[in-house]
Amino acid sequence: MPTVFVPVPLRRLTGGEHRVTVPGATLRELVANLDARYPGFAAHVTEDGRLRPGMAAIVNGEATVDGLRTPLTEDAEVHFLPAVSGG
Amino acid sequence: MTITEKPQQQYKVIGTRPIRHDGLEKVTGRAVYGADVKFPGLLWGAVLRSPHAHARIKKLDVSKAAKMPGVFAVMTGADLVDLESKLVDMGEEIDNLAYTTKKLMADDKVVYKGHPVAAVAAVDLNTAQEALKLIAVAYEPLPVVLTVEEAMAPGAPLVLDDLVGEHLTGEARNTNIAKHTRYEFGDTAKGFARAAVTVERTFKLTMVHQGYIEPQNATAQWNQDGKLTVWTSTQGAFNVRDAVASILKMPESNIRVIPLEIGGGFGGKIPIYLEPVAAVLARKAGRPVKLVMDRKSVFEATGPTPGGTIRVKVGADSAGNITAAEADLRYEAGAYPGSPVGAGAQCIFAPYRLPNSRIDAYDVVVNKPKTAAYRAPGATQAAFAMESVVDEVAERLGIDPLEFRLRNASREGDRRADGPIFPRIGNVQVLQAAKRSAQWNAPLGAPSAPHKKRGRGVANGFWFNGGMKSSCNLAVNKDGTVAMVEGSVDIGGTRASIAMQAAEVLGIPAEDVHPTVGDTDTVGQTDVTGGSRTTFATGYAAYLAATNVVKQMMGRAAKLWEIDESGIEFKDGTFFSKSDPELRLTFKQVAEKLDETGGPLSATGTVNMRGAGGAFSTQIADVEVDTETGKVDVLRWTVVQDVGKAIHPAYVEGQMQGGAAQGIGWALNEEYFWDDKGNMHNSSFLDYRMPTALDLPKIETVLVEVPNPNHPYGVRGVGEAPIVAPVAAIANALRDALGTRFTETPMKPSRVLAAIKGGTLDGAATAASSNGASRRGRR
Repeated sequence: MPTVFVPVPLRRLTGGEHRVTVPGATLRELVANLDARYPGFAAHVTEDGRLRPGMAAIVNGEATVDGLRTPLTEDAEVHFLPAVSGG
Repeated sequence: MTITEKPQQQYKVIGTRPIRHDGLEKVTGRAVYGADVKFPGLLWGAVLRSPHAHARIKKLDVSKAAKMPGVFAVMTGADLVDLESKLVDMGEEIDNLAYTTKKLMADDKVVYKGHPVAAVAAVDLNTAQEALKLIAVAYEPLPVVLTVEEAMAPGAPLVLDDLVGEHLTGEARNTNIAKHTRYEFGDTAKGFARAAVTVERTFKLTMVHQGYIEPQNATAQWNQDGKLTVWTSTQGAFNVRDAVASILKMPESNIRVIPLEIGGGFGGKIPIYLEPVAAVLARKAGRPVKLVMDRKSVFEATGPTPGGTIRVKVGADSAGNITAAEADLRYEAGAYPGSPVGAGAQCIFAPYRLPNSRIDAYDVVVNKPKTAAYRAPGATQAAFAMESVVDEVAERLGIDPLEFRLRNASREGDRRADGPIFPRIGNVQVLQAAKRSAQWNAPLGAPSAPHKKRGRGVANGFWFNGGMKSSCNLAVNKDGTVAMVEGSVDIGGTRASIAMQAAEVLGIPAEDVHPTVGDTDTVGQTDVTGGSRTTFATGYAAYLAATNVVKQMMGRAAKLWEIDESGIEFKDGTFFSKSDPELRLTFKQVAEKLDETGGPLSATGTVNMRGAGGAFSTQIADVEVDTETGKVDVLRWTVVQDVGKAIHPAYVEGQMQGGAAQGIGWALNEEYFWDDKGNMHNSSFLDYRMPTALDLPKIETVLVEVPNPNHPYGVRGVGEAPIVAPVAAIANALRDALGTRFTETPMKPSRVLAAIKGGTLDGAATAASSNGASRRGRR
């Protein structure tokens, strides 16, 4: 089951949990399952059915380019981080 | 000097140093920049800017200006649609549309000195500027907040009345803190308890500008069918198009943005400033309108990189292993949210493997221009703090500073302090190369005069690099050359580095690929030339397009030989029959037969890249300090960097040298000099002191090639990492020279002199380290 590293600002939703394992074959499924378990989670990371602008989903160390459609493996490691802008 | 991690494939084009394709036009002055744009009937625009850093606009009357002879149009904030507050991805910039619109032209309040209030289009620039004098504005000045400390103080005046901050506890109103985020792993309290040495310091930085030579400019022209064309100096035509479309509420496809040659950007030409203003004026005037900023406006009203305050605490055990680290970063966003504090927070501990870490990051609005990207945005500030503290920890433990960094260096598989696992990185290889470098092993030498002191400093820096979207078109000419249209604005020789990747695939000389930078109607979506992504991503698009060309050319050769395509192979620019050694044709020979084998041949490559692979840059500074004047001379400098694979080594070296030069200016001289009303008092290149060639030594480069596995040639971005370490390297060299730890930028003569004389100037924290220079044993 994919492991989600919970951003510090959202740990208030997870009862302080830093890491949670949540089922999901895609990032979209994972976010839906996170939201079911921790209501409000999806609103912080998605908007209008997409990742929020300014939010990067990092799957196995790399920022996704397929957004919520990104497929996840059973051992995937998922982070939600602010997107980094370069110069 | 180039150090390659292990032998790689031998290339014909990659790794060579051909003359850049656009070199002739640039050295002969024929290259067309934004200020060169001219049309029949072209009007000049001028912008009225606020004299106050914070004021309410009580009255704005443009009627006299509108009636002035020679004036064709006047605009104010009322001419821009009041857009909803919504974050949009502008390609390397995340902007709130409502704030972007207000930044372009104020509505009822100005929030920084130089904030546009109105604009005029007239027959010539003089007339436009005279018309601005006829615009009557009544301001009610408001209290200003200029530092993060002022802005975060209880009861501070609010920069933005409607700001909703994202804090750890949720949404917050009536605040200047736009965002507070945190990264946390392990238990820092336990980690510090295990430490034999703990160092904690607070650093202050002032706002600095990218200092590009060419000011922002934009020319807009409307067609009768409602389509808009914009000529501009930008790092990304497509992000300009998308931003203008959002702001003017029109379809993107009705806007064509033509990027002209760019006289420097460094991140500062990602945001838009003039394009929508030129478009509105042109629409109202019914004629094309051109706007070009003056230098004062560039300083006051475009996006510098932020100042702020950073506290860092690092503990290490007696064996020299870091046991815990904490950082608190507070960056000035400028008048609207969006400083690069997030990137600073994500970079600050990246060079180190840390068992326990905690990072707090605050994005704080102040009455200064909205900050923008500047080469590895946010990372230089962070490295100044972290690399200074790391140096001090090493010194207290009596460990060589490079050895201490190596002992604690992050490696592939380590977890970054912001969470993700590092992929293949070259941090250790870079530090090892720095340790072996000529400068590190050379004696520092005796000072040139009795009143001078010398010191050596080292620092490391990390930048992520970017991927994103790129497009490239190739068309084969019948003489065997190839026309290339690619979507990345050329900064630092990227036409060459992209063309060379295509040439390598095609087996032809780099000079036989003729690159052109396309506009938004001539090439597919391409994100900005920024984020150190262009040679990586657009180069990959060129690689794919060229691979497609080769495949098609095989089909053409098969037709000529009347054999099946599967019986042909391609190597070093020649097509061979696998079964008949007599059948061989060069790329050029097949191209000459295009008309006989099916006609024109072209291909497109498009990518949306991930896996850019981060870059580390370790830098060594030798300085000499005049203890009578406080002036610091840089005697010798080496940049050691993981470059993946250097496509055009001269341009990679140029990026490394340029990053170091800008970082040295940032360290020693550059600053926005503010008064307490938010007025900048050095808004010219005479007073804003950037280093010239006379200030700098020849900057030595060591290219460490640790290939990026996510690119066919192993490319990593190289443009940003080299600006991360220099400020800290200078600070560490000054500590070595004077025994004083500088904690504030710039380390200008007056600050250095004050520290030498009394050590009491703000920023020269000498109390904990005033026991003289720490000459290391090897010198």
